Amino acid sequence: MIRLLTPLLVFSALVALLVIGMQTAEERKLVDSPLVGRTIPSFSLPKLHHPEQSTSTQDRLGEVWVLNVWGSWCQSCRIEHPYVKRLTEESRAAVVGFNWKDERQDALRWLNRFGDAWSYHMVDYEGRSAIDLGVYGAPETFLIDHTGTIRHKHIGPIDEQILQDLLKQIERLKEEIPS
Amino acid sequence: MSRAIALVMTLIALQAPLLGMASAIEPFPFRTEVEEIRFKALAEEIRCTVCQNQSLADSDAPLAQDLRQQLFFMIQDGRSDQEIRNFMVERYGDFVLYRPPLASHTLLLWGGPVILLLIGLIASVVVIRQRKKLLNP
Repeated sequence: MIRLLTPLLVFSALVALLVIGMQTAEERKLVDSPLVGRTIPSFSLPKLHHPEQSTSTQDRLGEVWVLNVWGSWCQSCRIEHPYVKRLTEESRAAVVGFNWKDERQDALRWLNRFGDAWSYHMVDYEGRSAIDLGVYGAPETFLIDHTGTIRHKHIGPIDEQILQDLLKQIERLKEEIPS
Repeated sequence: MSRAIALVMTLIALQAPLLGMASAIEPFPFRTEVEEIRFKALAEEIRCTVCQNQSLADSDAPLAQDLRQQLFFMIQDGRSDQEIRNFMVERYGDFVLYRPPLASHTLLLWGGPVILLLIGLIASVVVIRQRKKLLNP
């Protein structure tokens, strides 16, 4: 009896592993950012609309803010665009665009066409600051608390469910600010 | 005659972009051969996080190009291999290394093959002993 059952058990265990593996395959593709829980790297970049002005990741210390990585070349950024707009409107927090590896003219044309949903944009043309942020695809969305700590990172486009989750998290982070 | 030469020249000119495409890695001005060897080894070891089944050395993705550039700068800067690996892991996590570090959460990964080998050895010893008993009762 055991002789018969053992191969069957081993086989079932292998099938179970396969099924679990297939179900979590999509999740495993998402690289957990080691930066969550750490201070946002400090760097200054030019603004998109006013390239002569520079803006730093330290500018918004003391408030809860959002950094949203996008590019005019990024298809999913168009999909999440209406949700970014709602995030800016409904969170009443600064939602800063991180224009990544984009041509200035293309970015401005894109914003004219679809609307500027962000508070303002920092431009990383070279992509070197993006490496410090551990960015590996657009869109990506970071939540930063009043101490300048990255508290959450979402990879991929924002949808209705993600938007609600981000709004809730922003509210919670706002409550942490000492009054 | 001059037409033939012109034809040959045109053919060579047409080949040029193809020759350039042969390698995904753009030429970097390495100062020494050691630097170049280190660069190649590290680029093979680090995963391109966009195209996850390719290494930095294989990938043509814009991010992979940026990371190769970063790698080149760091080597020029005189940083050690371990410093460069740490730099990548700090930003992209353990996943960025094809060879994950030995840590509590990777024990099964590294120990798994040894455990399987032990199970196999024990099973074969048991089977061999049983067979022996059958042959020499």
